[in-house]
Amino acid sequence: METIETYELDVLIVGAGGAGLRAGIEAAKEGVKVGVVCKSLLGKAHTVMAEGGIAAALSNTDPQDNWKEHFRDTMYGGKFLNDWRFALKHAQLAPECVKELEEWGALFDRTPDGKILQRAFGGHSWRRLAHVGDRTGLEMIRTLQDKLLSFDNVDVFQECSIIHLFKDGEKIAGALGYWRETGRFVLFKAKAVVLATGGLGKIYKITSNSWEYTGSGYALALLAGAELRDMEFIQFHPTGMVWPPGIQGILVTEAVRGEGGRLYNAKGERFMQRYDPERLELSTRDLVARAIYTEIKEGRGTEHGGVYLDVSHLPAEVVKKKLPGMYKQFLEFAGVDITKQPMEVAPTMHYTMGGVRVEPDTQMSKVPGLFAVGEVASGLHGANRLGGNSLSDLLVFGKLGGKAAAEYAKTIKTPLVIDKGEIEKVVKEALKPFEEKDGISPYEIHEELKETMQNFVGIFREEKELKKALEKINELKEKAKRVKVTGNIMFNPAWHLALDLKFMLLCAEAITLCAIERKNSIGAHARIDYPNPPEEKYNHFIWLEDGEMKIRREPTPEPPDELKALLKEPPSRKWEKK
Amino acid sequence: MVKFLIFRGERGEGAFKEYEVPYQEGMVVLDGVLYIQSRFEGDLSVRWNCKAAKCGSCAAEINGKPSLMCKTRVEHLSQPIKVEPLRAYPHIKDLVADTSWNLRTRRKIIKDVGFKPRKDASWIMKDEDIEKGREFRKCIECALCLDVCHVLREHQLFDKFVGPAYLVFSAYLETHPMDSVDRISWLKEEAGIMYCNITKCCTEVCPEEIHITDNAIIPMKERVADRYFDPIKMLFRKITGK
Ligand SMILES: Cc1cc2nc3c(=O)[nH]c(=O)nc-3n(C[C@H](O)[C@H](O)[C@H](O)COP(=O)(O)OP(=O)(O)OC[C@H]3O[C@@H](n4cnc5c(N)ncnc54)[C@H](O)[C@@H]3O)c2cc1C
Ligand code: SF4
Ligand code: SF4
Ligand code: FES
Repeated sequence: METIETYELDVLIVGAGGAGLRAGIEAAKEGVKVGVVCKSLLGKAHTVMAEGGIAAALSNTDPQDNWKEHFRDTMYGGKFLNDWRFALKHAQLAPECVKELEEWGALFDRTPDGKILQRAFGGHSWRRLAHVGDRTGLEMIRTLQDKLLSFDNVDVFQECSIIHLFKDGEKIAGALGYWRETGRFVLFKAKAVVLATGGLGKIYKITSNSWEYTGSGYALALLAGAELRDMEFIQFHPTGMVWPPGIQGILVTEAVRGEGGRLYNAKGERFMQRYDPERLELSTRDLVARAIYTEIKEGRGTEHGGVYLDVSHLPAEVVKKKLPGMYKQFLEFAGVDITKQPMEVAPTMHYTMGGVRVEPDTQMSKVPGLFAVGEVASGLHGANRLGGNSLSDLLVFGKLGGKAAAEYAKTIKTPLVIDKGEIEKVVKEALKPFEEKDGISPYEIHEELKETMQNFVGIFREEKELKKALEKINELKEKAKRVKVTGNIMFNPAWHLALDLKFMLLCAEAITLCAIERKNSIGAHARIDYPNPPEEKYNHFIWLEDGEMKIRREPTPEPPDELKALLKEPPSRKWEKK
Repeated sequence: MVKFLIFRGERGEGAFKEYEVPYQEGMVVLDGVLYIQSRFEGDLSVRWNCKAAKCGSCAAEINGKPSLMCKTRVEHLSQPIKVEPLRAYPHIKDLVADTSWNLRTRRKIIKDVGFKPRKDASWIMKDEDIEKGREFRKCIECALCLDVCHVLREHQLFDKFVGPAYLVFSAYLETHPMDSVDRISWLKEEAGIMYCNITKCCTEVCPEEIHITDNAIIPMKERVADRYFDPIKMLFRKITGK
């Protein structure tokens, strides 16, 4: 085999969304050699699309807010399946992380006295989300990427996909990737690897996620020997676009409801009054999504199969100032002027609460040297994530994970060895789709997978459907062994998809397996056949043993008494009562 | 049915190939391209991410006009719809151009004259203080303006001129209320701002409707001109050594 282009790094960060960039910055500050790899061009990761805001108890808009309130809201939102240690750190550190962004140049919306303005969001008791109109993610990713690029000890490898992690004994030793442009393979020798690969939405048909969300991080972690937690908790965002067909699933930010948007069914009823009379449209996402789904299913849906989301009662200038992206999005794509007409919306697959099991202080997985941060990690969100808590998650745990990874790398003094035979094997396997004679198109397998997950592992779940899904996934796994691509290896999307299929199928299996095993309903997991909540709180853990997926449960850790005391009073729209 | 002519080929060599795609209400050019990719030509190279005009990945030339494929509705276009890569940049394959210059340029700006807060920065800023900067922050780095700018497209002065998008970035830095860096000589010597002769082609294609020329470039050019070409100020500088 010809020699492979090789880079030697201390810390390899896989992913350049908010989490990866924040981790990169912190690792770079430690003075170690850092590489950041991403599948798209730098700055195009999912984080750029985030709209509504970053949740942090800055206490600017509502001085009564503080980390205790944020901690409580997050735990309630997650139905207490969160690991409290993550929720605690997150609530305490989020404000300083947002202020750091400001010091690196971010321009947030302001309060009249010149501080960072905060907006209301579902499940948050106070107005808490720092934001930039409805393009918060763009501001955040630019700020982080520019900060990262200011370090001399950082290299960026864009349009490069990681397909394999190497270990030397128990310890992580590096990763293999390929350049999308040329199809050439590239080896990263690294003492620590931080997965910051984001989610897996592309295994669903209707999703707010982009093509990048193929779940490679979850799968790479599993294959390297790490564990995943609670994969059954898939967040369906209540409001995705339903029309025109080409953009079905594209997100309509929760900020629309945060700014006062109301939901109506086709009969003109403000139906949230029936589902959550106290919090109405700003109830938690799991609840609002199920409410909308039920309205549509029971025949009270709109022409294109959605419900109405209306802001036309707000002054047009307010809508254009606070929701400029939504105003444009509906005008350009659907021909709807939201200052005058209602939007049509329906739930869309949006976020993965589950993910790689990591330690709350270091973000390190079970595998020494393998870290995970951002959406691909788990622990903070429990059974349901609150809006705005992802962007803050990226900052807080990106920072902690980046620092811990650099510190870990410094402790590795003896050179790590990567087995040549393993490299050759991975390369050979990766090139197989070009050699298949009468195989199957990757697009076809992908299409079938999306249908399966959408129909059988959706908002409401049932044993027989979940089992059907598992059967289908196994069938697709067989098919994927015969996946075939045409054309040459240069920038070949069919080949890229073929390589991603393996990862997507592993994720689909993990989700379905957890969903079958959880015979109760809680948070984002709703079983028609088991509608009651679990008697005792527990989490699922998943790992691979000789290639077979295993699952076990562990009781959710109980917070200490002084924190439990904070959890007595449930969240409510406190800012309206003050 | 909708007729497409898609540029297929590698490293600048290639030709347009015709495809037919069923029409769907509200269809955009990217829908057509992805349809072709998933049904007929698995290896058709194209960049996209958000499909909602937010990430700036899907820039291409559509019927000769640099546009975002995800936001260009097909019903407004004459057929066959001709789709080709951004022509100002070196070609890679099919609809993908080599835009790596963008990252190098941004990084250079950051290293040379990146954001440095004033020592006395209070971080108290009013909405009106940041209004200008926020317009520039809307930039999604789609490169449409760079593709259309004749300084880069025709004259290929990539090593002398940072181009409209990065002048927009510079303008954000310049207008940040807490910033402390003097970029005037950098704008002239390194950014090559004087190469811009205000044709405004960039402003016309910007999907974020940033007033690239009027709000970003012209005020900075004026400041450069003030310092370098104003005879009284020049004299003042000679005397005071500033
Ligand atoms: C439309 C939309 C709006 C949202 N709005 C909000 C909001 O207002 N507030 C909020 O808190 N949350 C919001 N979210 C959720 C939040 O944006 C995401 O959860 C978050 O951005 C994920 O960040 P990340 O850093 O984990 O991953 P991402 O930003 O998705 O980045 C993943 C990175 O990993 C790379 N990658 C993946 N696999 C590989 C591989 N195999 N090899 C190399 N690189 C790889 C990708 O290229 C990318 O760079 C929103 C999400 C969407 C989709
Ligand atoms: S106005 Fe200046 S930057 Fe814009 S296209 Fe014309 S020459 Fe280029
Ligand atoms: S200034 Fe406008 S056209 Fe240029 S890169 Fe930014 S968004 Fe695109
Ligand atoms: S795909 Fe993001 S701008 Fe078109």
